[in-house]
Amino acid sequence: MYTKRIIPCLDINNGRVVKGVNFVDLRDAGDPVEVAKAYDKAGADEVVFLDITASSDHRKTVTELVEKVASQLFIPFTVGGGIRTVDDFRAILREGADKISINTSAIENPSLISEAAIKFGSQCVTVAIDAKKFPDGSYHIYKNGGRVDCGIDAIEWARKVESLGAGEILLTSMDCDGTKAGFELELTKLVAENVKIPVIASGGAGKKEDFLDVFKISNADAALAASLFHYKELEIRGLKEYLRENDVPVRL
Amino acid sequence: MIAILDYDAGNIRSVEKAVKFLGKDACITRDKNEIFKASHVILPGVGSFGDAMEHLNAYGLTPIIKKLTDEKIPFLGICLGLQVIFESSEESPGVEGLSLIPGKIIRIPDGEGLKIPHIGWNSLHLQNDGRLFKGIDEGAFTYFVHSYYLKANDENVVKATTEYGVTIHASVEKNNIFACQFHPEKSGEIGLRILNNFLSI
Repeated sequence: MYTKRIIPCLDINNGRVVKGVNFVDLRDAGDPVEVAKAYDKAGADEVVFLDITASSDHRKTVTELVEKVASQLFIPFTVGGGIRTVDDFRAILREGADKISINTSAIENPSLISEAAIKFGSQCVTVAIDAKKFPDGSYHIYKNGGRVDCGIDAIEWARKVESLGAGEILLTSMDCDGTKAGFELELTKLVAENVKIPVIASGGAGKKEDFLDVFKISNADAALAASLFHYKELEIRGLKEYLRENDVPVRL
Repeated sequence: MIAILDYDAGNIRSVEKAVKFLGKDACITRDKNEIFKASHVILPGVGSFGDAMEHLNAYGLTPIIKKLTDEKIPFLGICLGLQVIFESSEESPGVEGLSLIPGKIIRIPDGEGLKIPHIGWNSLHLQNDGRLFKGIDEGAFTYFVHSYYLKANDENVVKATTEYGVTIHASVEKNNIFACQFHPEKSGEIGLRILNNFLSI
């Protein structure tokens, strides 16, 4: 039974988890290893680390983090944030990360997708797409953390990253992100129907029904959330039990 | 000492880390003497079949692997490390695999609603009493990431299968040779138990 995946996302700055994570009693809620292990125990299918470190020492910080996490976490994990070159890919994968997520660097230099896919395999190249709806009903992609409209159609871009060798798309709706009003079902469905690679839906999760909708209506392959899990508004195991009762295949 | 074969494959360190987590010493090596002294040998791998064979040949590892499996040193291929122990792959036509076990690697066919690569957790159907699966329940979930899959000639060597549009031969065992298409080092507690079963052989 092939299952839909539930993925918590952690924001990392200088090797520490930032934004509160208080879903479980931890000695140190800022330690990425402890938080990731707690999520593994709670039933998460994989974990995403979004690195927001802006320092010049960025890569060293990230590789140290990956090294520590990989020594103790034995479920897949993705690292995103500030990854710009094939050498960055190599350094992070070598320490034990499974996938690298790229966004702005893929938009500015699409050949990075194909170079990384050829060197390391499509399975480790996740392209993150931040999309926003326009009055004419189309979706544009944004770069630089949602600050710059690239004027590129999201569906077209999704198809292009697939053709360049991306193995997966992490799709965030900027309109829904943070609202807790549910995932962007229309956008997710459009992208999922237009590519053959897996699509992770992100942005807007507020309750368990939202996950059911994004799997059943939009046919997403995975769903990602952050604060909802961090603050234990929703427990992963309970969410998965609910999904299973509603005929969504999950790993329990 | 557990030898993890070094042929420039990605994610080699996560296998090393899982072995160390299980309390065993591991080294990443392509040194012949070191490999033959090892108690167990692991061939990990992600990437393409052709690239992997090219590297194994260039580093002189192909005859070493054939010899050490003759010498009954327990050997475990993971993911691409499973694929290369068979004869050939549709991914790299004309490239000869290690041919330790008869069988071919085939592209996962396009199917309605099926994404390729097959990324994620899938349940195992266990058969033929594989030693890797001692204490593992039928239907246990493991983590897969691949676009090509194994079809072994002899069903008797197949110890676990999974369904993804087609029946995928997910794990094989023949004499001292073991292989998994899924990643035990990324399959949580179940995966660590499978890896530990191998290290206990």
